[in-house]
Amino acid sequence: MSQVTLRVNGKSHTLDIDPSTPLLYILRNDLDLHGPRFGCGLGQCGACTVIINGAATKSCVTPVAAVKGEITTLEGLAKDGVLHPVQQAWIEEQVPQCGFCQNGQILTAKVLLDRNPHPTDAQIRDGMAGVLCRCMTYYRIQAAIKRAASMKDVRA
Amino acid sequence: MSTLTNVPKDVEALLDKWSAASRRDFLKTSGMLVVSFSAAAIVSPIVTAAGASASAPDGPGPYPDPDFRQLDSWIVIHEDNTATFFVGKTDLGQGTGTAFRQLMADELDMAFEKTTVRMGSTDNTVDQGGSGGSDAIQVDGWPMRRAAAEARRVLLEMAAVRFSVPVDQLTVSNAVISVKSEPSKKISYGELIGGKRFNVALTGANVDATTGRAPVKTTQELRIVGQSPQRFDIPPKVDGSLTWAVDVKLPGMVHARNVKPPVAGAKLVAIDESSVRGTPGFVKVVSKGNYVAVVCEREEQAIAAAKRLKVSWEKPAQPPFPTSEDLFGYLRNATPTSSGRPVVVGEPDAAFSGAAKRIEAEYEVPFQGHQALGPAHALADPSNDQMTIYSNDMKSYGLRNGVAQFLQMPRDRVRVIWMDGPQGYGRTAADDAGFEAAFLAKEIGRPVRVQWMRDEETAWDTKGPAFTFRLRGGLSADGRLVALDYDARSADYGHVGYNEPDTVLIAQLTGSRRATPASGSAAAPSDMYVVPNRRTALNVVSLPLVWESPLRTGNLRDPNGPQVTFAAESFVDELAAAANADPVEFRLNLLTAATSDDNGFRRARSIAVIKAVTEAYGWDRRRSPAPRAGGDVLTGRGIAYSFRNQTVVAEIAEVEVNRRTGRVWVKRLVCAHDCGLVVNPEALRRTIEGAMLHAVSRALHEEIKFDRERVTSVNWASYPTLTHADAPEKIDVVLVNGDPNPRRPDLPHYGAGEASCKPMIAAVANAIYDATGVRIRRVPFRPDRVLAALKALGA
Repeated sequence: MSQVTLRVNGKSHTLDIDPSTPLLYILRNDLDLHGPRFGCGLGQCGACTVIINGAATKSCVTPVAAVKGEITTLEGLAKDGVLHPVQQAWIEEQVPQCGFCQNGQILTAKVLLDRNPHPTDAQIRDGMAGVLCRCMTYYRIQAAIKRAASMKDVRA
Repeated sequence: MSTLTNVPKDVEALLDKWSAASRRDFLKTSGMLVVSFSAAAIVSPIVTAAGASASAPDGPGPYPDPDFRQLDSWIVIHEDNTATFFVGKTDLGQGTGTAFRQLMADELDMAFEKTTVRMGSTDNTVDQGGSGGSDAIQVDGWPMRRAAAEARRVLLEMAAVRFSVPVDQLTVSNAVISVKSEPSKKISYGELIGGKRFNVALTGANVDATTGRAPVKTTQELRIVGQSPQRFDIPPKVDGSLTWAVDVKLPGMVHARNVKPPVAGAKLVAIDESSVRGTPGFVKVVSKGNYVAVVCEREEQAIAAAKRLKVSWEKPAQPPFPTSEDLFGYLRNATPTSSGRPVVVGEPDAAFSGAAKRIEAEYEVPFQGHQALGPAHALADPSNDQMTIYSNDMKSYGLRNGVAQFLQMPRDRVRVIWMDGPQGYGRTAADDAGFEAAFLAKEIGRPVRVQWMRDEETAWDTKGPAFTFRLRGGLSADGRLVALDYDARSADYGHVGYNEPDTVLIAQLTGSRRATPASGSAAAPSDMYVVPNRRTALNVVSLPLVWESPLRTGNLRDPNGPQVTFAAESFVDELAAAANADPVEFRLNLLTAATSDDNGFRRARSIAVIKAVTEAYGWDRRRSPAPRAGGDVLTGRGIAYSFRNQTVVAEIAEVEVNRRTGRVWVKRLVCAHDCGLVVNPEALRRTIEGAMLHAVSRALHEEIKFDRERVTSVNWASYPTLTHADAPEKIDVVLVNGDPNPRRPDLPHYGAGEASCKPMIAAVANAIYDATGVRIRRVPFRPDRVLAALKALGA
């Protein structure tokens, strides 16, 4: 066990934990941030995605000790009570079915659009490839990404 | 205020004040105004207390079922003129909760926005069985509508007394009742009854038959049904504020992970507990029979300890399976465990011998899994000599009943709080996890949260059964189908039901399973083709190992439909090709042929969806395969159609097949879907899109692999599925109301959700044939198989 300080959604947290613990369990069980979810524990599905220093990161295979920098979870995406354009597009397109994977879809889409505000269809397919949806909402997700790309402030 | 112990704050907030304890108090405490009014003015018999509350002492539990024959069990009107509906269903992400609100708000004459719905928690909502069979709207929507209509009737009677006018002098708009001749005389539902009980008895032999005295509205009177309000569950799923079953935490909660037998049928010999004792957070190893779990204080500790625990197992004397490569040979050669008497129409043998052309084909579909994105999980709280289970199991009532029997607890000491969870398209391992959590909680005496790991979920979740099919067809000289012989073999013996205390996995592993496995089933095609001579034979074949096996079958979204329809609708295409006919024209001829049977209504609706889908696609009539273009990428289109219960669907897939790589891309999908009256068109479109792509994933990617000892599909690399790379370029959904009488477009609301899975695998196979001239008869159509088939044909 050792003292670890994490900066998540603009707040600092100091915890006494085993630093080899995957970040996912710390976020969910110690910080009550439930956006990231366990899907595979193998970095294959993306349900556990968080954003670290602007990169979509699979928290189930990221030891806390390896985290250097600001973490953003789904809960931290809205600013001052206003949803991020990607979240807004997700609601307008009525994307989710069960919704369990959508944390990873939304955060990965956000990072994709931050880096490339007007992606082509091929770039969307490629950029989202590592995030699985078992309800197969891929078609709507891609429509929502295009919708978000057409909104102002998509790089918020 | 809550008298419940241990219900976490976020869950209480989720369930809100009209749930759990306060709801029980509400059902128990009579609203005096209403009681006296009821006695005076309402003729219907008055039950002294809602069943849910009659014996409820103060404090938590017991948890008897709310009485479905009490209006108060279904609807509460609040003082602010809003309503909460309580229904015994679960919403797995298809928007049924939103649809229930629309159905009930419409009957009640209250704006959709003024309503909320609570679903599927056993102590709080009437037992409508949870979800299954895509019947939420088709079956369960009716008692909801009738209850809401009765509430409206009662409120009108109350207003009639208030204003001393007959009911027919009153009108309702947005939950405000006014006197027609004197509109300033008005009163809201909330003012009439807000926060008080109706205390009105309903009738009905069972929950599906529940009714009051009021009739429901005609289709033409419905205003909210047919609109597309946004699904209320989507914003909290998108902003991270929803509390899922997987999120619940309780004081003193511990975490468990299972240790599964390393090979199927293995017997536990010994556990070396010293291998984990003293590791951080270790609480206990629990084992009984061949069931083993490790319990730790923290989740990551339980995961690590379950990996570290040393367990000795003894392999079974004989390897329990054929390999997945040998499966179909095994199924064909085995003696069926059960064979129904073939259904014979006409004289197939004579018709075959007289046929001008005979063709024959065999089809194969492997085991495929649910593979929920989040593995099975549940949290069970054993406080106060009862058991509260937080679960996403779609049949929460069945889970409650099953756990009560399994743990030999009175049923009203067990309750299930249903919460959202990952993908519940049938009998998933959510059932198993619920039992395991309850068993462990009883053993440990603390709340236990159990979650399966990915390899467990992929390998051990129930499977959709593998099938082999043999079809023979006879064509007349002029290309008519005169004889059809269908023989199906399903690897479905020992089919696992929902929440059965003697077939759930922990019952098998702990040695408390039933003696005789379920006989399982195969299924017949659902088409309405007129075939004068037809034989349909259904067989079930057992695998060598039936119990304690990861190859256990259970319902997977439209349980046998995609398999059966793949074979049947592929073969119809083969017949069309043999008859030199356009596949659509060939089907329409089979649907318009002369017959004296009484299936005209279903046939008319079949024709309507086939015509609608071909029109939306822009189908040009020609025979398959398409004329060969140059280049590596070949394009083709394929059609298939099927019924599921009362819902009929026709689908067209357009594919690109890469001749060099064998990759199939389903580029465009069109669906014509007739489920009668549509409650929420936009939510239905999303559901159909997802269901079609789920079936495309099964068509192109999904196959459970196993060697002779164990399932070797254990994660997303060894069980690949559809990904973003595969998403179609375009999907069109046409909602059809195919009532053959155009002046009577008033079909009732039928089911959706599973129907659109059914014809898709066949549509993709038919499109591959159209593109390449190669008929792929084994699912999935992976690049290596497509490439091999292309090579074999010299294509």
